[in-house]
Amino acid sequence: MEMNSLYDSLSLIAPELIISVTLLVIVLFDLIFKNNKKMLPFLSTVGLAVALITQAGNLTDGGFAFSPENTPLFYGMLTIDSFGAFFKILVLAASMLIIYFSSTTDEVNESFDRLGEYYTLIFGMVLGMMFMISASDLILIYLSVELLSLSSYVLAGFSKNKTRNNEAALKYLLFGAFSSGLMLFGISLIYGMVGSTNLTALNNFLQTGSINLFTITISLILVFAGIGYKISSAPFHFWTPDVYEGAPISITAFLSVASKAAGFALLIRFIRVGFVSYVDSEGFWKLSEVFDWQLLLVIIAILTMTLGNFSALWQDNLKRMLAYSSIAHAGYMLLGLAVMSDQGVLAVLVYFFIYAIMNIGAFFIVMLIANRIGSENIDDYDGLGFKAPLLGVSLGIFLVSLTGIPPTAGFIGKLYLFIALVDANMIAVAVIALLNTVVSLYYYIRVLKHMYLVKPSTEPPVIKPSFNNLIFVLILAVPTIIFGIYFTPILDFAKQCVQFFGV
Amino acid sequence: MNGFPILTLLTFIPVLGMVLVLLMPKDKEREIKITTLIATGIQVVLSAVLLMSYDYNAGGIFEESSFQFIEKFRWIEITGLSWLGTVKIDYFLGVDGLSTPMVLLTSIVAFIATLSSWNISKSLKGYFALFLLLDTGMMGVFVSLDFFLFYVFWELMLLPMYFLIGIWGGTRKEYAAIKFFIYTLFGSVFMLLVMIGLYFSTQETLADGSAVFTFNMLSMMDPANYTADGILSPFNPGNLRFIAYIALFVGFAIKIPMFPFHTWLPDAHVEAPTPISVILAGVLLKMGTYGILRISYPMFPEITKDLMWYIALFGMINIIYGALCAMAQKDFKKLIAYSSISHMGYVLLGMASLSTTGINGAIFQMFNHGTITSMLFLIVGVIYDRTHTRGLDDFGGLANQMPVYTGFVTVAFFAAIGLPGMSGWVSEALVFVGSIGEEITRILAMISTLGILLGAGYMLWALQRIFLGNLKEKWSDLTDLDGREYAMLVPLAVIIIFLGIYPSFMLDIMNTSVNTLVEFVSVNVSKFTLSGL
Repeated sequence: MEMNSLYDSLSLIAPELIISVTLLVIVLFDLIFKNNKKMLPFLSTVGLAVALITQAGNLTDGGFAFSPENTPLFYGMLTIDSFGAFFKILVLAASMLIIYFSSTTDEVNESFDRLGEYYTLIFGMVLGMMFMISASDLILIYLSVELLSLSSYVLAGFSKNKTRNNEAALKYLLFGAFSSGLMLFGISLIYGMVGSTNLTALNNFLQTGSINLFTITISLILVFAGIGYKISSAPFHFWTPDVYEGAPISITAFLSVASKAAGFALLIRFIRVGFVSYVDSEGFWKLSEVFDWQLLLVIIAILTMTLGNFSALWQDNLKRMLAYSSIAHAGYMLLGLAVMSDQGVLAVLVYFFIYAIMNIGAFFIVMLIANRIGSENIDDYDGLGFKAPLLGVSLGIFLVSLTGIPPTAGFIGKLYLFIALVDANMIAVAVIALLNTVVSLYYYIRVLKHMYLVKPSTEPPVIKPSFNNLIFVLILAVPTIIFGIYFTPILDFAKQCVQFFGV
Repeated sequence: MNGFPILTLLTFIPVLGMVLVLLMPKDKEREIKITTLIATGIQVVLSAVLLMSYDYNAGGIFEESSFQFIEKFRWIEITGLSWLGTVKIDYFLGVDGLSTPMVLLTSIVAFIATLSSWNISKSLKGYFALFLLLDTGMMGVFVSLDFFLFYVFWELMLLPMYFLIGIWGGTRKEYAAIKFFIYTLFGSVFMLLVMIGLYFSTQETLADGSAVFTFNMLSMMDPANYTADGILSPFNPGNLRFIAYIALFVGFAIKIPMFPFHTWLPDAHVEAPTPISVILAGVLLKMGTYGILRISYPMFPEITKDLMWYIALFGMINIIYGALCAMAQKDFKKLIAYSSISHMGYVLLGMASLSTTGINGAIFQMFNHGTITSMLFLIVGVIYDRTHTRGLDDFGGLANQMPVYTGFVTVAFFAAIGLPGMSGWVSEALVFVGSIGEEITRILAMISTLGILLGAGYMLWALQRIFLGNLKEKWSDLTDLDGREYAMLVPLAVIIIFLGIYPSFMLDIMNTSVNTLVEFVSVNVSKFTLSGL
């Protein structure tokens, strides 16, 4: 590779470079100043902020990075475009929130000695996610998924003296290893047929080459298994509740938002670049007819949301309930993708933006309460709403928003999803999703019921969050209401980002 | 009244009150109550002002120019997507003869419910904050002319109502609250789907000549605005208008509540505290029938015409079934709750006739039921506050012990039965004149007259059990009404008697609009069935 093109490629991945540098700085800092762990979250935040600003400045950049020599222009390892920028901004912003989140979580701070590892691994995850979002080559897809996964396996078991932590990490590792094995097998099959690992090459092959339908179907299902595992869609969701319940809560929140976002970005790009022959004037995608992605995704989406919602109904542990709820939300978002149109992708982007805010918010409050009462059990929430008014109301706002009732932002996410579905004439699917929403009301509102309606058997403790924590809660709760009433900014942002470079 | 945003004030004064209440310290109980009273009081004054400058000859319904007190601003606008077009949502308020009676009703009932909330002691601040939020939701529903806005207000009421029943309710409050919530959310998700369907089927032409999809209700009423291939467009041979109509109707029917979607109502009423029962029966139930008149009728005239008989049938079932259930009750409040179901049946019956008289009767009945039932629930509250029981058989001979109270009860009961001279009589008479006058609904209406008989039966029987006979020893120290209770009951009694003697006061407000609606529906039946089929 010539120096020039290498330089061009590097300039396209500036945010990723910043993240890598910060990762190294954190490792070195932790080695040199062994006892000054308080600085680690601060350093991390600065690194993320610089990356975020850089990324936001390059919102409309487009290009291919790391194209091998002697290949046509469109065969880069990475695709830089505004679609990717949206998810990277989301991941970076979520990571910043998670860094603060982690610094207040007792579960994490108990392991004071190993805090250096904790933040280093978080950056490992971030780096993995960012490459996942831009990857347009199967090898790089696999590598970035592994980078993300390996870091998160360790983080899930971070508090190593707790059994449920160990269980979570082990389950995560076993399921993860299995699914990435499947994915790798799928990738090897695709390589065998196409002769290249590049997604654009795959697309060209599907339009012109001679295709063995059986092999291609098998290989795509295998690749989907790998991605489906990351976004915790049924039937690859079994790890989710155990891992989410067992992992430190900051990691749970991180997995449920950022890791899922990266998974979705990957899935969307995989289909958009690999399979779409052309996009018609109304924004609908015309796919190569070798594989019915729409049918697969609709079935998976309905399964995912229904399983998620119905399982959440019986959960008494709030972390576990939110885990199932995040499975259900993955289902709604998959439905947006299943529309197979730019409209549908717009709905996914809008939904993700809002989902990130409200989900991190909900987890954060559960963490604050757990720090105080040492439990995430719903029965221990009895009467808590009156003792912690601000936390109670904020958790209420997040949960109502997760249900999707106006005037909260969650409603706007659902609204655009249903707009996309109705526009594509997928009425029956929309009805199923709506009925799912009604089911979900029951378990979200159950938390509020315990906080406000149930008479506590023992006097609940007064919870007074610190000033900083209160500000953090407001930073998340206020937009949840504001974006429910005035959502032009989200849509303007998302609409700029429904653009894929080079396709 | 040009430029004075009276409807915005009417809608958002309670939110302002809510903010004030939230800012006050917990122990300033009196100040919190007075703030709420002032906020709802301003609403009453504003609706009186609205009535004074109201144009009795403006029809409204489908024509923007004949709506009154219009406020219209661009709320959301997103441009620049070739495949999505311009997305726009308006903040669009206005009233006509359908909504004005409801606006009046809402402000009166909210004010009186505030008075009736005076004895609330548990978490007072939260109670009044939620109460005011609920008030905004109710008012917003009646003044919105943009479907999206309408939907937001419609849903805004759910959460406050859930907590008001759930926290301040009776013994089975949790069950009642969640049942209410799930029923209504179930109904409104279908409304959401129909709303989006209509959005993609109608286009409004903007000032610059471009056509964009719209949530504007008035645009949705004009067949000329429908696109050729929208799923709810009459010009699309494969349209889903019938299914959409049913879905929308179910959403509204749950709120009315129409048999067989009524089971949440007795539970909610029995568990809710008195003021919330008053709001629920007085205003919330009207939203269902209001929605049908405002949305289902003018947007789906051809299906409405086809389904007249069925709507009347459900009206009849509501009347008879509600009355029979009421007769079997041993709990005073449950009796009133079932009588509500019965009385809302008259509204359905009147609407189903699709005649001016019938619909006038229906809207008037909505108003009257709002005032009469509010009074009935207050009456239950008065006795419950004193005795902590509501069993009809626990009492007897109260007439001597509480003569003034008995007088008010008699007024309310007779109004509910439909005694001439009271407002309930006029509206029921109009409903029957309208529905018997139309051939389609005639037989059903005749059967429904049984409801009057049954109504007299359960009401008088209840009156007898509570007030006549021998006074039980333990009630010998019951006191009669106090000043606050007078302040709640007297205005309602005055309204009931005044409208019984001079019904034109209310009928004149709605008459022009009802005429417009009836004519609009009959003219547009053919336009909506055109479709080349």
